[in-house]
Amino acid sequence: MKLNQSVLALAIAAALLLTGCSSDDETATDFMDGTQGGTADANLSGYGDGSGISGSETYGSGYGTGSGYGSGSAEYPNAYLGSEFSDPSNPLSKSTIYFMYDSSQVQQDFIPVIAAHAKYLLSNPNRRLTLEGHADERGSSEYNIALGEQRAKSVARMMKVQGVSESQLQVVSYGEEKPAVDGHDESAYQLNRRVELLYQGQ
Amino acid sequence: MGNFLLYVEKGVRVFNLIRKIVLLSFIALYTSVAHAELTIQITKGTEKAMPIAIVPFGGQAGQTAIPVDIAEVVDNDLNRSGYFNTLPRKDMLTKPTVPEEVRFRNWQVLGQDYLVIGQVIPEGGRYNINFQLFDVYKNEQVLGYRMTVPSNELRKSAHHISDLIFEKLIGKKGDFSGRIAYVTVNKEPNGRKKYNLEVADADGYGPRAVAASYEPIMSPAWSPDGAVLAYVSFESKSSAIYVQVLATGKRTRVADFPGINGAPAWSPDGSKLALTLSKDGSPDIFTLDLSSRSLTKLSAGYSIDTEPVWSPDGSHIVFTSDRGGKPQLYMMPARGGQVKRLTYDGAYNAGASFSSDGSSLAMVHGNKGDYRIAVMDLGARTINVLTGGPLDDAPSFSPNGTKILYATKQGGRTVLSVVSIDGRMQQKLVLNSGEVREPAWSP
Repeated sequence: MKLNQSVLALAIAAALLLTGCSSDDETATDFMDGTQGGTADANLSGYGDGSGISGSETYGSGYGTGSGYGSGSAEYPNAYLGSEFSDPSNPLSKSTIYFMYDSSQVQQDFIPVIAAHAKYLLSNPNRRLTLEGHADERGSSEYNIALGEQRAKSVARMMKVQGVSESQLQVVSYGEEKPAVDGHDESAYQLNRRVELLYQGQ
Repeated sequence: MGNFLLYVEKGVRVFNLIRKIVLLSFIALYTSVAHAELTIQITKGTEKAMPIAIVPFGGQAGQTAIPVDIAEVVDNDLNRSGYFNTLPRKDMLTKPTVPEEVRFRNWQVLGQDYLVIGQVIPEGGRYNINFQLFDVYKNEQVLGYRMTVPSNELRKSAHHISDLIFEKLIGKKGDFSGRIAYVTVNKEPNGRKKYNLEVADADGYGPRAVAASYEPIMSPAWSPDGAVLAYVSFESKSSAIYVQVLATGKRTRVADFPGINGAPAWSPDGSKLALTLSKDGSPDIFTLDLSSRSLTKLSAGYSIDTEPVWSPDGSHIVFTSDRGGKPQLYMMPARGGQVKRLTYDGAYNAGASFSSDGSSLAMVHGNKGDYRIAVMDLGARTINVLTGGPLDDAPSFSPNGTKILYATKQGGRTVLSVVSIDGRMQQKLVLNSGEVREPAWSP
């Protein structure tokens, strides 16, 4: 786990760095024609996300399904921050807020979870939280991107009401593109309409 | 109806790629996409179509084999259009290749209305193709054509022949020469999902990956001249819009604002993109001038406004908004201004696509969790549901407006499907592994 943390942090750092220094124009990796630009601007690739060969390892441990980042399959993705994040009796151990169909309204059950994370952010002003919004696969995919963002913003708004600084919160929506669970029925959809609360690095 | 396996594996021109050692790691990725094949299955044919016989094209005695069976490509194109019923080769009594060999009575007894014959003759590394279309009952030639092409354009010229026959007999431009863009999603053995943006012929032949990422790729949109694709990529862990020239691979990141950068759509003159940005709070519609990079905000407010599409004359933009509580389609002038609601039928109408003549809109039409593709006649404002659902998405009109390409589910997987706008003909483009989604038909 310790290894995963540092790899994750490294990957995020690398991604931020690369985004920061990338140029505007670039040549896409057109590997069928071999006309790839090979600018080594990792921002273009999505491949490797960083440094070619070792980049794929970074992915495997940092972002892959199974490690929790974006996949929702790990039970306690924020566990590395402290034992309270993996103690089932502590609301901080819950990192996913679920939503009703085509709704971005936070349900009562999740208010204590959001409050606990808000309190944690208030007492740890250097921590930053990514709120990842998601939708189930039904309907139009760009509309679902918008819906996922509204969900994440609903949660962020509640945190801000409790005094959390805007600078500690980052919202990103993946719409229906990254389901927590594959499947095409309501039981899968329930788990996919969600906002994941993922703390950034250390 | 039979199943048509439409192409062999992608080419293996991987050799050039080895030049850049930093790209060595891509070879494994390349291998994983090399087997992505699209197969067409005709799921619903038509009985009232025009009977036509496409005879195998001939050549000179002793000539080397022609790499593409032109008549077969034409046969498949016309058969799948829903407008024609082609005669199986085994039922042909004779196989003429020049006009002097045609006996119209042979085709009359087989109930054929039209007959196509032709020849392909190699000459100096190129091919001379000629063909004739006959009206079997009037005993006359109605179309004749000659063309000379290099061998890598044999398929293209076959589609061109289909276009010519279609236009002559149906009175509308054919759309067999078009291409499609789509996103494939493949799960690798370690569970990672790999997203590829691919471009193929409209019949699924010759797919080529033009971008790839382990983060989602979405919403490909063709420039009006078919030379450039705009799309959304999450490769930098947030959404950004890229514009990529297909011939060179050169691409430019044109929108990378905080929040959503989504739903790019080209203006008919190719100078602007309409897009969705949430940098000001909620998702709003903007236009981006591609040369000056200046942004114009067209919609505002707290609601979701997304999925802009331009009317073909460039005067209006249709978009999805939940300002009325549920997602519905709205229209506004392309410079912004008064917004008019277009759809009232059904709880959910989103993801519009304009027909090229501007007369109708295709959309995702949802009722009680059931999502189908519907077409609205903009004059009569009536909605016609074309597909069976329950998870149909991303409609895109073919260039001549006779068909709609969309994404659907089959056996738990996402596949592409094509339906004729009269609902008579339906076919599926099935990827042999993984999922295929977000299709867009080139202009």
